[in-house]
Amino acid sequence: MDFQSCVKIQKEWDIVGARQLGRERAKAIGFGTVDQARIATAISELARNIYLYAKTGKICFEIIDDLEHKGIRIYAIDSGPGIEDISQVMEDGFSTSGGLGAGLPGVKRLMDHFEIDSEPGKGTQVKTVKWVR
Amino acid sequence: MNKLKLDVENYRNLLKQYITTHDETSLYQAEQFSKVSMQHNISPEEIIHVHIEALKDLYPHLPSEVDDSMNFLLEAMISYGLAYQEFQSLREKQLELKSEISVAANMQKTLLSTVKPTINGIDIGAISVPANQMNGDYYHFVTANDESLGIAVADVIGKGIPAALAMSMIKYSMDSFPENQRFPSDILKNLNRVVERNVDPSMFITMFYGLYHPATSSFVYSSAGHEPGFFYNAKKDTYEEIQGKGLVLGVTNDTTYEEFEIKVKKDDKIILLTDGVTECRLGDRFIERDEVLEVIKSYIHLPAQEAVESVYKHFERLQDFQLRDDFTLIIIQKNV
Repeated sequence: MDFQSCVKIQKEWDIVGARQLGRERAKAIGFGTVDQARIATAISELARNIYLYAKTGKICFEIIDDLEHKGIRIYAIDSGPGIEDISQVMEDGFSTSGGLGAGLPGVKRLMDHFEIDSEPGKGTQVKTVKWVR
Repeated sequence: MNKLKLDVENYRNLLKQYITTHDETSLYQAEQFSKVSMQHNISPEEIIHVHIEALKDLYPHLPSEVDDSMNFLLEAMISYGLAYQEFQSLREKQLELKSEISVAANMQKTLLSTVKPTINGIDIGAISVPANQMNGDYYHFVTANDESLGIAVADVIGKGIPAALAMSMIKYSMDSFPENQRFPSDILKNLNRVVERNVDPSMFITMFYGLYHPATSSFVYSSAGHEPGFFYNAKKDTYEEIQGKGLVLGVTNDTTYEEFEIKVKKDDKIILLTDGVTECRLGDRFIERDEVLEVIKSYIHLPAQEAVESVYKHFERLQDFQLRDDFTLIIIQKNV
């Protein structure tokens, strides 16, 4: 994994940096405007979660460009408190956004593939992919 | 992809038609377009995208500021799109839950079903309607070979599914009591123990159990904190409260219940109910017990079943067809 394209999340301002880098990468690989906006929103959600709950962490981007498909893979990695009940945070209407459609279920909807790993006390890792159509 | 392109074309034509003619028809078609889009789960940002594309087709030399502003709008709509998708999925989930609950409600109906007995000289009317899908009220008739009639009415404080589950327990317990055990005080005493052992301390059940012997015309009853019913004395033409003091079920495990007796004569009536009847709401106040009695009086001349249904319909209308609590009413008239 090419971790050179990572953005550290420590303060709210870093969320914007992560969005921007993600959008640039997405645009370069050929995503249209709607998908760029979706990817940026997904990054926002992931980065906000880090900023709010883990305090620090990072968002990393990996470009997928092989014979079969093109896309972007986003990692959100933190060593925060972790998530006790993953199925609960993946439930619609549960999110602390107050049921405004965002949260992790929102990220899952915005992207094509979504994986989450979390260990209480150790941290959380989200891996999510969107393909260029 | 093809489909979306087709939509862009359609949208572009509509947009062009509207810009040149300002006619209502194209606006109506735009409405249809948005409805069809929703059916296909097209989110608002995609509609804006279609709009941008159509606009660029129609006006290739659009100032770049307009283009930028449209992209800005698209970004701003992403969260609305997400909220819309969440709403769709919650709606599906709600439908699933609803059908699951209705299966449970039907099952409960079967479990708690009771047959209204036909007894010579007695006219019985009974109705029990849940405020939501599942009923936290319960009534049951028990007949025996000696022609006596047992009547149980119970109400779980609270309503909905927890209340309904607790009610099923009452019914099972009553079914498991030996047939010779028919005295109201014994039945309540045993049920009290069952409730005390099995139900969360925050949940209370009130219950009334009466046993009528046609041979002696005696109605013996006990009450576990249940909403008092009314006894109509035909000779005196008066309504009295059916008093019976007793602790609600489930407080302590050694509660005992006193038995009371009423002699029932020709044309006398016994009216049993739950607090869903007496605590009907009229606007922001609860209706008074004597108002309830007035309503019951105005229908009491009808055959018992018709009477309980009429009283129910009266209160249903009074509360704008939205019951606040489960509603149970039983009227027993002695005709001979």
